[in-house]
Amino acid sequence: MSSHLSKQFDLELEGVRTRVLQMGGLVERQLMAAIDAFNTGNIEAMQEVVRTDAEVDAYEVGIDEDCTLLIARRQPAACDLRLVMAISRIVTDLERSGDKAAKIANKSRKLHRVSGQRIPRLSDLHHCGSLVAAMLQGALDSLARMDVDAARQVIRADKEIDAAFNSILRQLVTYMMEDPRTISEALDIIWIAKAIERVGDHATNIAENVIYTVSGIDVRHTGSAARKAEKA
Amino acid sequence: MSAHQQAVDGEAILAVRDLSFYYGDFRGLNKVSLDIAQNKVTAFIGPSGCGKSTLLRTFNRMYDLYPGQRAEGQIIFHGRNLLDRKQDVNLLRARIGMVFQKPTPFPMTIYENIAFGVRLYEPLAKSGMDERVEWALRKAALWEETRNKLQQSGLSLSGGQQQRLCIARTIAVKPDVVLLDEPTSALDPLSTAKIEELINELKSDYSIAIVTHNMQQAARISDYTAFMYLGELIEFGNTRELFVKPKKQQTEDYITGRFG
Repeated sequence: MSSHLSKQFDLELEGVRTRVLQMGGLVERQLMAAIDAFNTGNIEAMQEVVRTDAEVDAYEVGIDEDCTLLIARRQPAACDLRLVMAISRIVTDLERSGDKAAKIANKSRKLHRVSGQRIPRLSDLHHCGSLVAAMLQGALDSLARMDVDAARQVIRADKEIDAAFNSILRQLVTYMMEDPRTISEALDIIWIAKAIERVGDHATNIAENVIYTVSGIDVRHTGSAARKAEKA
Repeated sequence: MSAHQQAVDGEAILAVRDLSFYYGDFRGLNKVSLDIAQNKVTAFIGPSGCGKSTLLRTFNRMYDLYPGQRAEGQIIFHGRNLLDRKQDVNLLRARIGMVFQKPTPFPMTIYENIAFGVRLYEPLAKSGMDERVEWALRKAALWEETRNKLQQSGLSLSGGQQQRLCIARTIAVKPDVVLLDEPTSALDPLSTAKIEELINELKSDYSIAIVTHNMQQAARISDYTAFMYLGELIEFGNTRELFVKPKKQQTEDYITGRFG
């Protein structure tokens, strides 16, 4: 995209874009640290994830304000307008993803403190965690490069996450039926799995917003978003 | 541009077909085709010299007054080509009225500013004329401000009021189409807002074509937008779509301020 007649407008747009990507990087690290800490039981790392949340929140508020100012000052149109609208939605998804990372860290801390060795080992949960981290990374990559193909891939990947989440649920239900004393731990793990699954949804939203920015086609809530995205 | 893109959803009051316009040897418009939709607002945007005012001026043959200016092609209005030599230009201008960039009230009373044009076409009695003047001033949202000073000069009004007086004068003869050539570019934001409000109300009775340099204005008030450049119609379509998702790169560059 060529530059605006107003250099200042270019700088402002680029500035907002850069800050979203910085925020995305922060949330991505937060999520990976949370999943990692759940696996390793590193309490210190879990606390760090929770602390990072304030930083993520500050990004959200700041970027939202930037978007408001940009609209007031520049009255962006067409691709610029779509970018600003998309960014203001994307920061919400990033902030929620950050909340989920903090939730994973909090539940993990409780699990490891109370239950210790009795935590069931679920390979699907590990798999799910790394899938979602990759999805979020892919969504942010597609945003950085305004790459519709990469965004479509992210949307397609969400199906796998949903399947993995259902599989985890089934395993934990069996586990709880077998030994009701494990219900408390199993429930915490379900919370964690649900949080991971939700980050997948947020990554999908981000990817949908990238498609909207580039092509102008809103693929949200279109039933099979992935299929619609093919046409974009 | 395909025929499909020139068309509008409802009825077209004006159908422009392959319209070219010449200032002597210079071609100001090149084979422009589009429809002006009935009871809708159609906005024309584009950089200076793109031909948008030229196009507007062909709709009521303003160019007839200038030697060396001529139009080719067709503008179909009520089944006839209004570019036709046999077209009565005065009658045409009563059916297709125009409001200019600078308010141009006649140096007469507010009342006479409106009655003057009506008298040319309709022999109304005093009471009928009084009614018509009030009707037009009400339509132009100027009645409350002028009802007690109808005998004062039109020039005594503020710029924004003068422009509304010009709109009242135009609609007093009950035209089909109102052409507005940058009607608010000499007005402050408040007067501009009043005119925009007025345009929105007038479209239930008239078809409106407006040339504006203010893109946000086009986005706010029009149903259809035409983007022109160097005498060509680059893109024409629903305003909603054109400002969010234009089809042509040139349109995108222009409305996002990347032109040049």
